[in-house]
Amino acid sequence: MTDNANIDTYRRRFLGNTATALAGLSVAPGVFLHEVAQARSADEPVTSDVRWGMLIDTNKCANGCNDCVTACNDEHGLTGHGRPETDAQWIRKVDLRDKQTGHTQSLPLLCQHCEHPPCVDVCPTGASFRRDDGIVLVDKHICIGCRYCMMACPYKARSFIHEDLQDQLPHAPRGKGTVESCTFCVHRVDAGRTPACVEACTAENHNAMVFGDINDPGSDISKQLRQHSSRQIRADLDLNTGVRYRGI
Amino acid sequence: MQNLTQKSLRVLLTLAAMAGLPAIAWASGGSLLPVIPEAQDRYSATQGCVEPTAEMRRNHMEYILHQRDETVHNGIRTTQYSLKECINCHVSDAPDAPRYSSDEHFCNSCHSYAAVRIDCFQCHADRPVKTPGPHMSSGHAKSDNKPAALSAEPHQALAIEVIRHD
Ligand code: SF4
Ligand code: SF4
Repeated sequence: MTDNANIDTYRRRFLGNTATALAGLSVAPGVFLHEVAQARSADEPVTSDVRWGMLIDTNKCANGCNDCVTACNDEHGLTGHGRPETDAQWIRKVDLRDKQTGHTQSLPLLCQHCEHPPCVDVCPTGASFRRDDGIVLVDKHICIGCRYCMMACPYKARSFIHEDLQDQLPHAPRGKGTVESCTFCVHRVDAGRTPACVEACTAENHNAMVFGDINDPGSDISKQLRQHSSRQIRADLDLNTGVRYRGI
Repeated sequence: MQNLTQKSLRVLLTLAAMAGLPAIAWASGGSLLPVIPEAQDRYSATQGCVEPTAEMRRNHMEYILHQRDETVHNGIRTTQYSLKECINCHVSDAPDAPRYSSDEHFCNSCHSYAAVRIDCFQCHADRPVKTPGPHMSSGHAKSDNKPAALSAEPHQALAIEVIRHD
């Protein structure tokens, strides 16, 4: 106990000094010589220094709003056949009601980008994989469409493509016979942008979704995670999900 | 004997490939040789494609395959060997430009001649898409099947019900 307290005091002093030192290096107010997180260039592989995560505040998520879903469908060219049981769905809105109080809330559910993803565990081909920066993907070049991952995912986050597709978008290759799910908009993230759903939610001023690097203590998402209590859905499964929720 | 035939066929093909433009001009005059559409740009002042043309004709698939794994698994997004950039440079974005199913599409002009069947374009775009497409989510209907996770968690299932899920 005392040891911990000592360490904390030491840490605070150290951090305090570092902050002063860093502030001393600023060339102009708000402009620092050192950046905490450096953007990755196109020829650099992803590393585990970064772990992408998302924090969803269900108190801010508007009932009846579908903007994140629409943005995702548009971004990836997800078209439906009017068959909800089988149409591809990377993110969906779920409304919940507390039976006792009648309190309702609404939240988007998507691939939780688990640190220990069951989809990867069961995949017989290695098509399901977790990138070093925590993004869980399907390498559709390898996927044989067995759909084990769909059965294994506790969040029902994956879809199988049953029919031939036409006019796919260049950044979102998709095709019959393979499984797919939310990619955290990996094509955008690799270009230093945020996922389409987060952008749409923010653009509509709901601000219910925050995306960022949870390994970087200075990122907006890390600060919010530190400040507020949050939950993983099915935390009992110990998957250490990359998507966290506030208000549930 | 068979070896000899194969060899001479290869020599013929290589010659045809090396002959370049004159061969294409000649081909359009009724020969069976492929008519390969011109690229829209040059890689550099001295080089047409991202590697010398003869190398690309023979080994483009190796470059694309290597880049594929680097991009999907390691997030490397350099453009020199990316399939997307091949398409951006070799295929027109005009609405009526030939698609992969046509012999006039850059990739298929040769593949159809060489009897090579690929499945790249079952998933990948066979033409550049420079502006976002129309609103595509309208076909999406709502689903009422419940997410397993929310209904499966015992204490949640007791206290909370899923009233909408689309
Ligand atoms: S939410 Fe499902 S699809 Fe996503 S990583 Fe976890 S198990 Fe895999
Ligand atoms: S459907 Fe594809 S990604 Fe899923 S388990 Fe089978 S091979 Fe792996």
